[in-house]
Amino acid sequence: MAKPLIEVQALRKAFGRHRVLKGLDLNIQAGESVVLFGPNGAGKTTFLRILATLSKPTSGTVRISGVDINDNPEGIRQYLGLVTHAPLLYGDLSAQENLRFYGRLYGIANAEKRIHELLERVGLLHRRKDLVRTFSRGMVQRMAIARALLHNPPILLLDEPDTGLDPQAAEMMTDFLREIGGSQRTVLMTTHHLERGLALADRVLILQGGRIRFDEQADALSYETLRPTYDRYVGTGVAL
Amino acid sequence: MTLSRRLLFYWNLLALAAMLFAVYAALVMAPDAMNVDPSIRPAQRIIYFHVPAAWSSLLAFFVAFVASILNLATKRVRWDIWARAASELGIAFTVAAIISGSLWAKPAWNTYWTWDPRLTTYTIVLLLYIAYFMLRGAIDEPSRRARMAAVYNIFAFISVPLTFMSIRWWNTIHPVIVESPDNAGKFGLGPNMLNAFMIANIAFVIMFIALLANRISLGWAEERIDALRERLNF
Amino acid sequence: MKRYLQVLWAVLWKDLRIELRTKDVFTSMAVFAVLALMIFNFAFELRVPDKSVVIPGVLWVAIIFSGVLGLGRAFISEKDRGSMAGLLLAPVDRSAIYFGKMLASLLFIFVMEAILLPLMVIFFNLNFLSWPLLLLLFLGTVGFATVGTVFSGLAVNTRTREVLLPVLLFPVMLPVLMAGIRATIGFMEGDTLADMMKWINLLIFFDILYLVVSYLTFDFVVEE
Repeated sequence: MAKPLIEVQALRKAFGRHRVLKGLDLNIQAGESVVLFGPNGAGKTTFLRILATLSKPTSGTVRISGVDINDNPEGIRQYLGLVTHAPLLYGDLSAQENLRFYGRLYGIANAEKRIHELLERVGLLHRRKDLVRTFSRGMVQRMAIARALLHNPPILLLDEPDTGLDPQAAEMMTDFLREIGGSQRTVLMTTHHLERGLALADRVLILQGGRIRFDEQADALSYETLRPTYDRYVGTGVAL
Repeated sequence: MTLSRRLLFYWNLLALAAMLFAVYAALVMAPDAMNVDPSIRPAQRIIYFHVPAAWSSLLAFFVAFVASILNLATKRVRWDIWARAASELGIAFTVAAIISGSLWAKPAWNTYWTWDPRLTTYTIVLLLYIAYFMLRGAIDEPSRRARMAAVYNIFAFISVPLTFMSIRWWNTIHPVIVESPDNAGKFGLGPNMLNAFMIANIAFVIMFIALLANRISLGWAEERIDALRERLNF
Repeated sequence: MKRYLQVLWAVLWKDLRIELRTKDVFTSMAVFAVLALMIFNFAFELRVPDKSVVIPGVLWVAIIFSGVLGLGRAFISEKDRGSMAGLLLAPVDRSAIYFGKMLASLLFIFVMEAILLPLMVIFFNLNFLSWPLLLLLFLGTVGFATVGTVFSGLAVNTRTREVLLPVLLFPVMLPVLMAGIRATIGFMEGDTLADMMKWINLLIFFDILYLVVSYLTFDFVVEE
């Protein structure tokens, strides 16, 4: 068994006295596509933010490639890409201006070429000079993924990227994600949509009440077998 | 009673005793100030209250400053409790200093307010720390509140000497035509007055420590209540 | 180092680009400054025989009041859009973000001053400008932007937002205000730079001190 890419040990996060994550232990191998389900308030977003170094754990450690992320957060960020339901894009800038900005933030080489490539990949090359303010939600999400992939990170974190998309756009996104995932990239995604998540996953996790309650390989699961477990933990979507 | 509770109890008694002694020193032990007009000699004694209050407030703000730095460095709740307690006391003592200064001003120069450097600086200091509490009041999440408040506290404390110097230089255009009680006092601080003055200062510091300790203990109690509330709700 | 400057420049350029396109912030600042001038005119006209005596006070107050408007935007726009996370993801020391934002705010205020000053010369019918005065304005504005950018980051975390920014900022800015007004009076009365040196030194000290403190504390303001 190769050394895991991401190691999470006894991770706890509290906001003041409100405890969100109550002790997570998890190992993710390089190249795995992990899908994380859970009710609202379970801590999925918090967990992803900690992995992305946007938030610091209250206790416990997170290691990426053996390096504690708190030791060198700036260095680690180079290897992480994050897509959230906020697009992290500037409406008053054009598509390519947005990507140029993030290109500078990440210091990527051959920026123009890379931007061109990515815009083409997400099907937005013809709109590159248009202000992002004019884009539809689906287009914005595609831009967001382009932004996250700009520096070609080996780890991609996606927090409910399909929320707010119509079913067709969401399908396109799932296909796209499968394409960019593969064995070269480690993907950790949260979603509320059981079917879509299952389609993408190598491994399924359910986070509830600040702890991981379920952790199985996806090829042993099907929608029918997973549904009851999913309902039990995720329920109506409210934290238990 | 636990050790620290008992210690606090006895310290409170000490503070009470020290303050009573200070009152005695100020009103009885200290002789009249000879260099001021007889009609206001009794009022001059306010110096034994006014100056120690002012110095204690600066001490309090310094404690808050250090606590804020420690809070940022260690992220521990205890330093936020210290910073808030010390800032509260700082405001209390500042108000005491301003009001006592005002009470001196009325009989001495027939005005409640003067724009002399110290009084003006204290007023600004008051505003600085009121802003500190406004900032605290506007953030709900405790760890974020502690952090933001700590950063502001550091900026605020550093500005105090700068502000004081600016006002001092500023007022050289308009010379201070009236003397604040500390000036009047210092001109003629004979040995007995000096003793009373020292006693008053020490008493105030003891009282400050007592109040700080009590306030911090209260702060910890609030923490525990909140933690219990949290647990009961879930 | 190169990466640091690259990020700094990226943040600065982005803010400038957006502002050039929308002109939101700058317009409000400039209009507010002119309105303030109008109001001061009415405030003093009937009682002050020679209006030029109020120039120092009016100048600095107008700058500070309208500057606060501009400083508020530094982080509030990011937080509302949620794009703060985007900045925080950059693999670089976060003070680069601070300096980028601070320089952007600084430039906006400079442009506002560039409009305010000629207008004041016209309104008061007196050319009170001089090189020492411009130096003074530069130093004062730097101090203002330095502290203001950090406090804007603080204010954005509160329920009351921009409303709190003047309350936090003005007391801390008093040394700058006093140095500015006093030295402006001096320069208008014909004092040389050397005469007003202690005020200039105060401003320089203020600027450096708070630049260092801002650099050290900014991380704490934006972290989660």
